[in-house]
Amino acid sequence: MSVLVFADNSEGIFKKTALEIVSYGKRVAEQAGSTVVVLTINADDTSALSDYGADKILAIKDSRLDKFNAKAYADCIQQASIQENADIVVVDSTNNGLYLAPILAINLKAGYASNVVDLPDALEPFTIKRNAFSSKGFNYSQMDSEKKLLSLARNSFGLKEQKVVSDVQEFTPELDNADFQIKSVAIEQTSGKVTIADADIVVSGGRGLKGPENWGMIEELAEVLGAATACSKPVSDLGWRPHGEHVGQTGKPVSSNLYIAIGISGAIQHLAGVNSSKTKVVINNDSEAPFFKAADYGVVGDAFEVVPEFIKKLKEFKSTL
Amino acid sequence: MKILVCISHVPDTTSKINFSEDNTKFDTNGVQFVINPLDEFALTRAMWFKEKQGASVTVISIGLANTEPTLRKALAIGADEAIRVNVEPTDGYQVATQLAEVAKNEGFDLVLSGKESLDYNGGMVPGMMAEILGYNFINACISLDIEGSSCTVSREIDGGKEVLNCDLPLIIGGQKGLVEEKDLRIPNMRGIMMARKKPLKIIEPVSFELTTSTLKYEKPKAKGACKIIDQNNLDELIQLLHNEAKVI
Repeated sequence: MSVLVFADNSEGIFKKTALEIVSYGKRVAEQAGSTVVVLTINADDTSALSDYGADKILAIKDSRLDKFNAKAYADCIQQASIQENADIVVVDSTNNGLYLAPILAINLKAGYASNVVDLPDALEPFTIKRNAFSSKGFNYSQMDSEKKLLSLARNSFGLKEQKVVSDVQEFTPELDNADFQIKSVAIEQTSGKVTIADADIVVSGGRGLKGPENWGMIEELAEVLGAATACSKPVSDLGWRPHGEHVGQTGKPVSSNLYIAIGISGAIQHLAGVNSSKTKVVINNDSEAPFFKAADYGVVGDAFEVVPEFIKKLKEFKSTL
Repeated sequence: MKILVCISHVPDTTSKINFSEDNTKFDTNGVQFVINPLDEFALTRAMWFKEKQGASVTVISIGLANTEPTLRKALAIGADEAIRVNVEPTDGYQVATQLAEVAKNEGFDLVLSGKESLDYNGGMVPGMMAEILGYNFINACISLDIEGSSCTVSREIDGGKEVLNCDLPLIIGGQKGLVEEKDLRIPNMRGIMMARKKPLKIIEPVSFELTTSTLKYEKPKAKGACKIIDQNNLDELIQLLHNEAKVI
């Protein structure tokens, strides 16, 4: 038996989410006294996976799989799991990971636990800790199926470097037309910008900024920190910022290391979407704003004074590093 | 077109989350239940197909009698009929199995659902249901148009969107974008009166095997108080973020 991890890549690059589940899979394998096998699709350079403990790498090369296709990818993972006799399969919580996982669960006849936030509590019976209620609670689930599929919540385990020499093998799955019923016709992607999903730091602005013309300092702060920019729901509803930046319960979830909320009061629906960020900073002129109850650090003050000063101080600090 | 909209009955976001019976049960005391907000986007899109393309809209929920007010609300918004499968939902696979059975028996060719419920955030049901039935499935769906049996669907990808084509039958896991928040409907008095007379059918569950079960719940550790930093001393904030939180 083994632990199988599917490490998705984006134009040949393994993102942090992929490396994080390799780290996680390695630790689960150690716990179970087995090895971790990492499946990749159309990645040329798999050396990054070896840095995080990939004992074995199965590399698929197939031009039909150049674009993500949930059903075909799930089929590849299933076939790899059979070859490798894997009884635990791990995927990430990106949009692609969450898309293919339920399909894969049915194909594998596996129990499926999503939002996994920690190593198994026990292997017999298999018990796993998961996020629930928008991070307002945890759920310990027992899985009795022979095969288990886990999707690890983003940024919940972290990267654990562990260099190994990987046994790299080619893998050729059998795919048929049924896998390609859904056709991709266009992809629109903002390039060059840090995305909210991948960002370690997110800088977010709310209605307290008074208008879209005042976003320059938000963008500058984000640039200094290498952060993604985001906004509250009213700001996207007013059309000050694109919908893709709306974070919160019905917008994008944020689970970054640092979330900086500027001029955002902290409505419960907003907090529900950012709860799982590790450190939260609030800058607001209203000391009664609910966000101060949810934040780790707070500055009470006018954003138009605090943010430019913060940028200046951060630049000084960065230059000393 | 026969549309089935899956409705999950979830605690309102403002609810306090507590656990009872030695942390093995979610404590519903004083909790207000609502239509899962992501399912509401799906329902509103379904209403568009009903009004513009003459589709029929059935709403379904898996749950005991206490979920009926949530289904009635969906009827008041404009669905034609409701189905309740009479079993306590405990696991995504169980719910997907029940839904798939109804979708197959009643010949629905389009199933709309939120991509996850905002209670357990599992994100399992629509995809599992599709795979059980052999239907096409698109997740994190942010737009949906249908001409005849040909569907054009956008889904969110990390940092952008992807446009896809496929045929019915189709199941989607939807989210905001499918319709905008301002398009969501609040039931009016006429809708509420009419909803009382619309059919709400109760179906007994098919047998299923439970493979995943909840042992217990836990609340997150209480957060420490927010450290307030003087706006004239932002160096302190930078030092705290660097040395204490270790995030910059």
